Amino acid sequence: MHNPIDIAARATPRPVARRLRGLSDRAIAWIFVAPTIFLLLAINIFPLIWTIRLSFTNYAANRPNREVEWVGLRNYSRILTDADTWANMQSTAHFLIWTITFQVVIGFTLAWLINRKFKGNDLLTTLIVLPMMLSPAVVGNFWTFLYQPQIGLVNYAVEAVAGIPASSFSMLGPGGWARWAIVIVDTWMWTPFVMLICLAGLRSIPDYIYEAAEVDRASKWRQFWTITLPMALPFLMLAVLFRGIENFKMFDMVTLLTGGGPGNETLLTSIDLKREAFEKWRTGYASAYAIILFVTVFGLASIYVKALNKVKER
Amino acid sequence: MTAYSITEPSKASKWVAGLLVAFYTIVTLLPLVWIISTGFKSGPDSISYPPKLVFDPTVEGYVNLFTSRTRISQDAPPPPAETWYDEITRDQGMVITGPSRFGERFMNSVIIGFGSTALSIILGTLAAYAFSRFKVPLKDDLLFFILSTRMMPPIAVAIPIYLMYRELGLSDTHLGMILLYTGVNISLAVWLLKGFIDEIPREYEEAALIDGYTRFQAFRKVVLPQAATGIASTAIFCLIFAWNEYAFAVLLTSGNAQTAPPFIPTIIGTGGQDWPAVAAGATLFLLPVMVFTILLRKHLLRGITFGAVRK
Repeated sequence: MHNPIDIAARATPRPVARRLRGLSDRAIAWIFVAPTIFLLLAINIFPLIWTIRLSFTNYAANRPNREVEWVGLRNYSRILTDADTWANMQSTAHFLIWTITFQVVIGFTLAWLINRKFKGNDLLTTLIVLPMMLSPAVVGNFWTFLYQPQIGLVNYAVEAVAGIPASSFSMLGPGGWARWAIVIVDTWMWTPFVMLICLAGLRSIPDYIYEAAEVDRASKWRQFWTITLPMALPFLMLAVLFRGIENFKMFDMVTLLTGGGPGNETLLTSIDLKREAFEKWRTGYASAYAIILFVTVFGLASIYVKALNKVKER
Repeated sequence: MTAYSITEPSKASKWVAGLLVAFYTIVTLLPLVWIISTGFKSGPDSISYPPKLVFDPTVEGYVNLFTSRTRISQDAPPPPAETWYDEITRDQGMVITGPSRFGERFMNSVIIGFGSTALSIILGTLAAYAFSRFKVPLKDDLLFFILSTRMMPPIAVAIPIYLMYRELGLSDTHLGMILLYTGVNISLAVWLLKGFIDEIPREYEEAALIDGYTRFQAFRKVVLPQAATGIASTAIFCLIFAWNEYAFAVLLTSGNAQTAPPFIPTIIGTGGQDWPAVAAGATLFLLPVMVFTILLRKHLLRGITFGAVRK
């Protein structure tokens, strides 16, 4: 910024701006912020408080006229001692761990390759990014078609490449493949997200560090482990944080793909919560469940952010 | 850059990297290509095995998407086909009985998407400006609070909203969904817009204030034009969120205000899902987002990371 206007503008003394006509800054600040605060209170805070209140009752939304009883912490203790809850937590953990692992490995590799700045890398990056912007519900629904055992593209590709007969397995049916089927679709959708963030991280590493390393005759392998990876790590960790929070909440894509089945194999906590709240109509119980999930995400994310800040400071 | 740099990757490594990334691109786009191409297949072609790469394109899927049909009965042959789409349905042994609900659902998506985007942007720009330029008490806490609202699973939010809307008569209304999506999007909008406004030098406004503008005039005539690109990209992010959202839509809307995402998976033909029609609906629904993504590519990273990574 070297144009004359900027220079003139910068020379203006700050206190002058304080001399205002009309409303004071303070009043304007409040007028500008108030509608947003009001909306957040109405759509976020009030419902949260209501959920907490409901979580101590046996309220059922489909029977609004039934007398509501206070049950204290019974909902919480029931959820935490229910073996099914823990089974669903395990399914969610399986989904989280494997989606994040695949997305980090593939996403980082792609970013590292794209960072070679070959011709056309911008175009390919834009094309690769497309899946993650699309509606998870619509895309998830269409993947059930790709996963059809008799006619689907996935089974056909497996037969063509690996020679396993297409009709001998079903990705969404019994046989234990379903929990991998949802990992595959999520990885397909969200690898570009990790890739984009990693790419920003790699591009933030200044050239002179590598130049210095070359002068010191550090091998490429050593440069990767001592420069590239540590310097891109905060970005990678940020990507993992976002994916972690999002996938802990996962509902839409998996609902359309498996609906939690076969059996309860892919019954992630969010899908289970939906069943409790809107199919079994155990509103009080589901509210307690919701609070437990929220506290879990919030707690894990806070610990993680602390770790992330430590890495950044290094 | 100098003519020769020791850190520049070698020609060979560029080629290998380019080929590998190109291969990944092809594989990853295959499902999207499949969605678009299935939309132009006939029913039998869509479920043939091995999957057909080359086929006779037809708009049957699109016709089925927009119409409801019944089988032609043997005893009462229908009147001769009048239009080209009548003819396409006759060829399948069907007769059109009326329009399907897809048009309505698509329009609902448009109304709710644009409505909530406009509201998010108006409220978000004002709040972001205040956060960026003034001392707002508890500013840091507010921003963290705004972010933490995104950690609630949508179903957890849906329970009290469902009860609240039932009391207020907002269930299954456009207004209810617009307010809800605005409530969810506003955190992203404020946070992103604050980032964009932070980048506009304060000196511009201060110069305007000296010239006798009021604070409000300075905001309107100096800050807003400068923030236009940022506002536009934030708007696209809000629009894409509202457009794609499924959980709230499926739980809180049904007959009146239902959007396209909960509707598309329910498109049923005779004997299971009518895949060409589903694919046609998906194509129409996904294409606008693809176009927006390409327009947005410069600010994409910033939007998806809540402005944490700006590049």
